[in-house]
Amino acid sequence: MKTEPFVVSFGPQHPSTHGVFRMRLTLDGEQITDLDMVIGYLHRSMEKLAEERSFTQNIPFTDRTDYISAMTGNLAYVLAAEKLCGIEPPERAQWLRVIMSELQRFASHSMAVGFLANDCGAWQTPIMHMLRDREKVLDLFEMACGARLTTNYMRIGGLSRDIPPEFMPAARKLIAELPKRMDEYEDLLLENEIIVIRSRGIGVLPAELAIASSVSGPMLRGSGVAWDIRKADPYAAYDKIDFDICVGTNGDVYDRFLVRLAEMRQSIRILEQALDMIPAGPVHAQIATATVQPEGVPSAPLALRPPAGEAYGRIESPRGELGFYVVSDGGPAPYRFHIRSPSYINLTPLKEMVVGMTVADAVMILGSVDIVLGEVDR
Amino acid sequence: MTADLSGLDLGQRIQQKFPDAVVDARPEWTEVRADRLVEVCTFLRDDPELNFQYLSSLTGVDRLDHFEVVYHLLSIGRNQASTLKARCHDHENPEVPSVVSVWRGAHLQERETFDLMGIRFRGHPDLRRVFLWEGFPGHPLRKDWLNFPGGQMAGLERFPGEPGGKLEGRG
Repeated sequence: MKTEPFVVSFGPQHPSTHGVFRMRLTLDGEQITDLDMVIGYLHRSMEKLAEERSFTQNIPFTDRTDYISAMTGNLAYVLAAEKLCGIEPPERAQWLRVIMSELQRFASHSMAVGFLANDCGAWQTPIMHMLRDREKVLDLFEMACGARLTTNYMRIGGLSRDIPPEFMPAARKLIAELPKRMDEYEDLLLENEIIVIRSRGIGVLPAELAIASSVSGPMLRGSGVAWDIRKADPYAAYDKIDFDICVGTNGDVYDRFLVRLAEMRQSIRILEQALDMIPAGPVHAQIATATVQPEGVPSAPLALRPPAGEAYGRIESPRGELGFYVVSDGGPAPYRFHIRSPSYINLTPLKEMVVGMTVADAVMILGSVDIVLGEVDR
Repeated sequence: MTADLSGLDLGQRIQQKFPDAVVDARPEWTEVRADRLVEVCTFLRDDPELNFQYLSSLTGVDRLDHFEVVYHLLSIGRNQASTLKARCHDHENPEVPSVVSVWRGAHLQERETFDLMGIRFRGHPDLRRVFLWEGFPGHPLRKDWLNFPGGQMAGLERFPGEPGGKLEGRG
């Protein structure tokens, strides 16, 4: 019987692509023999737009790259800009940055884990449980900065404002309930037969290929490489906090899922320490600028002209190494503004992972990469 | 703490191995000749003391008369980072060798740089546009992509209301 390969266009409008991502899969029966990624549906040319806006005006763009994890986007950019300007934010701001990043990591990972269960057929129930906790984290963000998703909270030199008095009791209450919730999720998902069968041995990424492909975050750690920028190159106040790096052994979908669940536990551990250790004080450094500042209230300078030079700031975002490469020519706007986005670069070994698998596995593998299309396309 | 390996030290190491490859070395970065790039990168990856087996980021910068390709390198084993640069002198047809054969992680990043900046990476296995469609006019991250009438360039030249009078900065 004569056969020929069959090409399936998977996406861009498909619930399991987590956005507008398209895979052109070449199939032999149900087996995938080739993959071509088609991306760019959400490209907004942020890097070009940023060249026409001042350094402070660019902060809202960083919310909209990775819209599931806006706080870490803010943090990576302000770190790069602070490196360029030589500004050191005050201690309280550093601790609040840790608190916000870890709350964000918890929220982001809970969505990744919930949607992975969704992808293997547990339609909507696990994700609804996960979204319940994420809502409470977003309530805390709303308290701190008035926004839930596009937070725009960090500033070059500190934060836009201090947290209100009701934030701390609410955060403590949430942190006290989360370990119980984590027990519940682990009971439900960890040994779940369907999840184990659908994810073990699927989409294996060996450690050498992961490193060579510049993969980062839970994907790199799932392959057994103990690399976490929070430990390797501590920023904000991470050097004063005790936590563990979570690693997998096989580098399959199940290990990446385990790493994310374990990191949610570590985030709770970090938050418990940070809420106790946060000092009082200002949340913004005093910076001499051309614009008028309110008396005695240091705040973000609008007219900031960093000296000519370049800086690369990197952090461990929930998806991996989020880096900003900022070049200044001494002008008010960045000369070059480049986002090293983990979602995009983590797609590099996708072809190696899906070839030889079935279409149903491709859904799981893509889900385990945990891409956010706003960050892939920028 | 990730140690930043000084560009001067890195330049010295490269110079010992390839006497003619280093063009310029500063504390922040090292610039190498574009035609020796693949050899130098292979050396940086495989040398046990440098051990840069992870390419963090690859991007391009339009310097008006030439293009710069910037490589942020990372060594996971030795926890050190460094920055490498290569220059394409021909602003109309910028071209550098591809480093996909050294680091697979360059694959998508070189495609992105080609798409948005128009730098061709010689030897790239699949150099196509990635975010924009085939046939899109030009490469938007080039500084000359959108010129306003009268030779003015897009960009913020000074802050609204900022004293100074005459426009300064990029003109």
